[in-house]
Amino acid sequence: MSEMDMSYVRTEMLPEQEPPRSQTGAAKWLRENLFSGWINTILTILSLAFIALVLHEFLPWIFDSTWNANSLSECREIAPGACWAVIKERWPQLLYGFYPEELRWRVNLSFVLMLVAIAPVLFTGVPRKLLWFTAAFPVLGYWLLWGGSLWGPLMALAGFGVGAGVYAAIRPVNNLAALIAGPLAVVIWWLAAAGPVAGLLAGGVPLMLEPVPSSKFGGFSLSIIIGVTGIAFSLPLGILLALGRQSNLFIVKAICVGFIEFIRGVPLITLLFVASVLLNYFLPPGTSFDIILRVVIMVTLFASAYMAEVVRGGLAALPRGQYEAADALGLDYWKAQRLIIMPQALKISIPNIVSTFIGLFKDTTLVSIIGLLDPLGLSTAIRADTNWNGIVWELYGFIALMFFIFCYSMSRYSQYLERKLQTGHR
Amino acid sequence: MTDLATDREIDRSQMQVSDKVAIQITDMNKWYGAFHVLRDINLTVYEGERIVICGPSGSGKSTLIRCINRLEEHQKGQIIVDGTELSSDLKNIDKIRSEVGMCFQHFNLFPHLTILENCTLAPIWVRKTPKKEAEEIAMHFLEKVKIPDQANKYPGQLSGGQQQRVAIARSLCMKPRIMLFDEPTSALDPEMIKEVLDTMIELAEEGMTMLCVTHEMGFARQVANRVIFMDAGQIVEQNEPEPFFNNPQSDRTKLFLSQILGH
Ligand SMILES: Nc1ncnc2c1ncn2[C@@H]1O[C@H](COP(=O)(O)OP(=O)(O)OP(=O)(O)O)[C@@H](O)[C@H]1O
Ligand SMILES: [Mg+2]
Repeated sequence: MSEMDMSYVRTEMLPEQEPPRSQTGAAKWLRENLFSGWINTILTILSLAFIALVLHEFLPWIFDSTWNANSLSECREIAPGACWAVIKERWPQLLYGFYPEELRWRVNLSFVLMLVAIAPVLFTGVPRKLLWFTAAFPVLGYWLLWGGSLWGPLMALAGFGVGAGVYAAIRPVNNLAALIAGPLAVVIWWLAAAGPVAGLLAGGVPLMLEPVPSSKFGGFSLSIIIGVTGIAFSLPLGILLALGRQSNLFIVKAICVGFIEFIRGVPLITLLFVASVLLNYFLPPGTSFDIILRVVIMVTLFASAYMAEVVRGGLAALPRGQYEAADALGLDYWKAQRLIIMPQALKISIPNIVSTFIGLFKDTTLVSIIGLLDPLGLSTAIRADTNWNGIVWELYGFIALMFFIFCYSMSRYSQYLERKLQTGHR
Repeated sequence: MTDLATDREIDRSQMQVSDKVAIQITDMNKWYGAFHVLRDINLTVYEGERIVICGPSGSGKSTLIRCINRLEEHQKGQIIVDGTELSSDLKNIDKIRSEVGMCFQHFNLFPHLTILENCTLAPIWVRKTPKKEAEEIAMHFLEKVKIPDQANKYPGQLSGGQQQRVAIARSLCMKPRIMLFDEPTSALDPEMIKEVLDTMIELAEEGMTMLCVTHEMGFARQVANRVIFMDAGQIVEQNEPEPFFNNPQSDRTKLFLSQILGH
């Protein structure tokens, strides 16, 4: 070293150059990703052979098939492959269950309106005014699907207004009392006042649609009703539970922790059995509490307990400084939560939130165990039909495909959202 | 940092200390659990004062200034800010917080909002300023801290020094009467310290009441009218900068100064 000349001065700056040809393009990609080293090359070849084998077996089954037949045996005579005729014959049932045929436009309409209602929540480009429609949609959707008088669901919605009013009225006096009285007022309103008031109003202006009982609901429309309602309500409920769990108010905290731990400690199927059987014993005799509503409530509560923990994880990941900065600027608790804390905590939790949503949506198939006719429940009925006795792959394949489409879109959306919310490295 | 914070001449024409009290702290004590962090703090800050607080790590400097806007709660004694006493009354706390601005060591900008949104958030939601007006105010202060061109970027895209200047602008948008700084430059690279100190000096020149925890002794000498030395949760010595640095009285102060000034 000592003999080397350590001083060096560059006299001329180097121009920018293209990378060498062999380091770019498809050839490089292939070499690096598929054929780097002999082990990887062997694995690549084996994998390709395996894929070819599967497709060789599978593709003829899919395409050498028939759509036109009246029974499985007829199918087998026409083509050796899949028997799609069962889907062709039964798809209305798989979509609508036993919803009266002449009223199915109501299901379609509410599905379209649901997409409109969801749009402003999912995409910021959609006009913000549509959020009012989103808020009104639960009432409208319920009315379209179940029929009856519009006043029933409207009065149920009014319960939230009553609760908010009570909360706002008591909060200046005592925060804790308001936190307890608000939700209590909602429950009391629902149990005691909503029914009679709705009846009274319906006496004046009926606003009737032909009622459809819950026993007629089924198929994917049922899965979507349960899934979407569960998703829509479990997130806000989960957020409130997560905040409650961090609360300084001991009672609020105890209630939230107790609820979350209890619900997470019990299998969903038990809750569904409680909904279908036990609840009838607890409710005052004579009250008929819709089975789908009961199931939706259970599914929502179940998902919200998981959601609460997911959101809590997001909250824990936020540095304390964010709370302090919000406090120092004079933002009150709810404003700080809404403007500073939640936007960041939820963003961190997006992958887990969407996983919970996907889990919830797939868990809707469990309702077949308590006798609701979701796609799986229907498939059992279809297979019991003498015409289609013995059909398995086509039916379950179709159902799986439909579920996959829903769940995969949710997954894609969450990736889109994460990319959109990316605001530079921290 | 032993050298002077800035090479420019300080304009003292508006740096006047009035005889109106901005902050009055009497016999204030604070505990973290059983740990007695602040002991019998007595401090009167007059409007227009620029006070620098220094002291060894863990002496309670941050805790003291965080008590002034109730980020920490004191257990005994009294703190009166601008005539309002800090108690558990939420209304008083909100009132004081909107009059007292604070800058943190780690800036604590909101990473999900743009620079402009960071600055307009509190005026819009706390002061109920119309959005348009809030944006004008924000741009005014962003120009003051010399980064109006970054208004639409996100905090993650800015350098540390720029982020701290945004944090100062964000506080100023609330038109505070008092500014608190908790080691605003200690997370910054040396070349960025100067730009933040310059901003703070400008603020001092305009007559802002400032309480500043910092180890920038150059800044203290030039800008402060009073330096407070804390140790073990107590105010050990306070004086004007000249006598404080040249002729410290307490042994603890002498030791601290010799360590920090490096001789
Ligand atoms: N939340 C807390 N709980 C318990 N002890 C704490 C808490 N915050 C600070 N302390 C302790 O209180 C003492 C004073 O802390 P403080 O942050 O005020 O010191 P400081 O003078 O600002 O020090 P530094 O120069 O390191 O910032 C320290 O001993 C610290 O460990
Ligand atoms: Mg500190």
